[in-house]
Amino acid sequence: MTTETSGGVGALLRVRDLKTYFVTEHGKGTARAVDDVSFDLYPGETLGIVGESGCGKTVTSLSILRLIPEPPGHILPGSLIEFEGRNLLALPAPELRAVRGNQIAMIFQEPMTSLNPVFTVGDQIAEAAIIHQHLSRGAARARAIEMLQLVGIPDPGERVDHYPHQLSGGMRQRVMIAMALVCHPKVLIADEPTTALDVTIQAQILELLDRLQKELGMAVLLITHDLGVVAGHADRVVVMYAGRVVETAQTDELFEHPTHPYTEGLLAAVPRIDAPRARLHAIPGQVPAATAWPTGCRFRPRCPYAWDKCLTEPPLLETGTPGHTARCWLVTEPERRQASR
Amino acid sequence: MTLGSWLALFVALIGAAEIVRALRQRGLKQERWRRFFRNRTTSWGLGILVFLVIIAIAAPLVAPLDPIKQHDPVHLKNLPPSWTFILGTDVFSRDVWSRVVYGARVSLGIGALGALVAVSLGSLVGAVAGYYGRRVDAVLMRGVDVGLALPRIFILLMAVALWDGLPFVTLALAIGLTSWFGTSRLVRAEVLSLQQRDFVVAARALGAGDGRVIFRHVLPNAAAPIIVSAALGVGNVLLLEASLSFLGIGVAPPRPSWGNMIADGASSLYTAPWTTLFPGLAISLVVMSLNAVADGLRDALDPREEGGAA
Repeated sequence: MTTETSGGVGALLRVRDLKTYFVTEHGKGTARAVDDVSFDLYPGETLGIVGESGCGKTVTSLSILRLIPEPPGHILPGSLIEFEGRNLLALPAPELRAVRGNQIAMIFQEPMTSLNPVFTVGDQIAEAAIIHQHLSRGAARARAIEMLQLVGIPDPGERVDHYPHQLSGGMRQRVMIAMALVCHPKVLIADEPTTALDVTIQAQILELLDRLQKELGMAVLLITHDLGVVAGHADRVVVMYAGRVVETAQTDELFEHPTHPYTEGLLAAVPRIDAPRARLHAIPGQVPAATAWPTGCRFRPRCPYAWDKCLTEPPLLETGTPGHTARCWLVTEPERRQASR
Repeated sequence: MTLGSWLALFVALIGAAEIVRALRQRGLKQERWRRFFRNRTTSWGLGILVFLVIIAIAAPLVAPLDPIKQHDPVHLKNLPPSWTFILGTDVFSRDVWSRVVYGARVSLGIGALGALVAVSLGSLVGAVAGYYGRRVDAVLMRGVDVGLALPRIFILLMAVALWDGLPFVTLALAIGLTSWFGTSRLVRAEVLSLQQRDFVVAARALGAGDGRVIFRHVLPNAAAPIIVSAALGVGNVLLLEASLSFLGIGVAPPRPSWGNMIADGASSLYTAPWTTLFPGLAISLVVMSLNAVADGLRDALDPREEGGAA
């Protein structure tokens, strides 16, 4: 692939040609959930990964820490996930564990089920510190209280002894964040951190993440299907479709000049407060099954501009303006866009 | 019964009640143990178990007579309960009460040790099989299938043939080592479903190793079925010991166990029912108490039970 292999100088985390496949039941087929994904994460930035359900966002994030259940999943050889110069995919298990939760931490989608019901939140927050920094029980408890304070939970000294079921959804997500940040990781992967929460709590949690990012100076990989979240909180955006990166750009650039027809469609589908009331745009069709991606361009069956070239030749990630790439033949043949209008 | 043994029995009763009360008092401060004591039967079960353990430990004080001594096989055999022999005498003119008391040592010991071995091994094998899956799981579970298919009595008979008069600990181990198959199935199933849970993935994302994930995140969440199977396990081991003793390959006579007491008395069941009734009652009492305690433990160890704040 002629992806931006040369780029990524100074990147904290470099993902190159990541392919994570799943063998489906009875070996009927291979689901190519993540198929050739590359991106960089720079220190201190927030990189948004957007896409609809089934496009491979979560699998990408799980692949980074090698949390894909094997079987049925496996990461193909040739993939590269480089963190501070080390390929995480080639790391022996003990060294990988030393990275997990310590240098790269993760927040999960479901605060309701991501906490262990039989331990107090204090125990769980302190766990990473006990694993990686070998804190004593007393020190770990003090650290847990400190972390609860940091994530804005009132009465941390009391809450530290509570069980997850005694907390609300928003509180649990704060606890999850405290768990992830206890070792001050350099990278935080937030996989749909607000999807399960209601809107006001969503805003609070995202603000909390922004504040903590500034205070701790970490890089955040923000995975979401919500363009509104991305617009407000990400510096750069990677748009994924059908297991691939289809567009990468600075957030402002992406919202002002979307290049890939899929990004265009996504943006058109967001309700706008300043636009006349009209039927919301919807992208026709649905995401094809990961076992049978279409030939050529994977977005072709749903693309308003598609022409015969798209049927046979899969487009490459092409750079339009600097820092803005899209996987679409329109980048090289922009006149087509006008033609089909 | 001598005055001393009455006194000892009385002290044991009071002691058991006091211990339970003290535990309850302390437990009320903690939400978890409040849930344990919420049910009255749990306290009773715990009290009965504590009482039996006390008299087993203090057997020489509580038992008025030598449990093995045949007092007068001609005139004093199969006597009904009286003030001298409070639970009567058996077919060899031995004091049934003293034998029940000494038998508690053997039976409770075998029950506890056997169940401990069975549940530990079963949990470990089940957790490993469920956690690692694939070949590890296939090999271990086929082994369990074989274990479940082999008649346990047959395995134990082989053990007897090898050891010739099983010592107490060996018997407990042999029973334990042949009783863990069911538990391992149970735990494996629980682990399989727990493993898919987000908090297990989250624990791995924090850098927890396999051992930590299994022992801290997976097994504690499987505590309820493990505890229930432990409690039922003690009962099963007691019953197995009884049937082995009945076959003459359990606890070697004249040493009393509740099992071999029932075996000895079986022939005179109609004429002297007390010889089998009391050891049988003792077994039932233990099994029922264990079930009550297991219920309480299940409530206590499962925070999801409780909705309210502490």
